[in-house]
Amino acid sequence: MPTIQSIAGELEPHPDVALIARVRGGDISAYDTLVRKYERQLFRIAQHITQNREDAEDVMQDAFLKAYEKLDQFQGNSKFYTWLVRIAVNESLMRLRKRRTGKMVSIDEDIETEEGSVPRDLADWAPDPEQNYNQAELGEILRKTIQGLPQGFRIVFVLRDVEGLSTEETAETLGLSIPAVKSRLLRARLQLRERLSRYFHRTKAVKNTGVGK
Amino acid sequence: MTCKEFLALLDDMIDDSVTAEARAELDAHLGRCAHCEVIFNTTRKTIEIYRSHEIYELPATLRDRLHAAIMARCKKAC
Ligand SMILES: [Zn+2]
Repeated sequence: MPTIQSIAGELEPHPDVALIARVRGGDISAYDTLVRKYERQLFRIAQHITQNREDAEDVMQDAFLKAYEKLDQFQGNSKFYTWLVRIAVNESLMRLRKRRTGKMVSIDEDIETEEGSVPRDLADWAPDPEQNYNQAELGEILRKTIQGLPQGFRIVFVLRDVEGLSTEETAETLGLSIPAVKSRLLRARLQLRERLSRYFHRTKAVKNTGVGK
Repeated sequence: MTCKEFLALLDDMIDDSVTAEARAELDAHLGRCAHCEVIFNTTRKTIEIYRSHEIYELPATLRDRLHAAIMARCKKAC
């Protein structure tokens, strides 16, 4: 019988492995610990994909319930967190499809764009450019900017750069090849950089223009 | 090394996954190309800003409510 094994190459088993064994043994308090550990990340990821707070709340709940019900199918050859993220990504995409009935939603959307693959804005940024804005302004700039990315780039950037998954884990989670993840990541990074440049230029110490609506 | 070649290795450079040899070439290019230096620094900064600013926070009260709902649903599914 295959059992949950420590991730190949790691000497110590991941702490989640013991928690999952306890859940399988009927100890629901161990699942409580796992939910606490990952609920914020799942909420963020769902919010990034659905761009809707209520959807993110539903996705987060449904994903944890689904993971609990399907725990027997978790093989332990990937990290529990990666497996959980994959469920949350799928739930988020399903939710989007429901909301935009008729419109196909997939992570392959809009990836043919060449926009931003060649850097155009070559002016340097101010040192610590985010200091020119207050927290609320900065939050709005960052949200608006990332929301403008094509879905397929945004998810890759969020998983890989914000949530810290490896390139391999991101590829596995999204069902993409490693070269596809790499090419999307580069373009996502360059497009974000390009779009943030207009706020962070050294020459424009814009304190009071606020964020354009 | 051309700017195009530099750009092709930009991600690996940022993620620190280049060989020492490639690293030396990339550094040499950075030393004489102001444009690539700006792109490198500002791209790294872009990632850092997104990593250090949580743009979708989960307020404690909402978190508690959702957490309780999740656990209640799981217990029911037992
Ligand atoms: Zn150059």
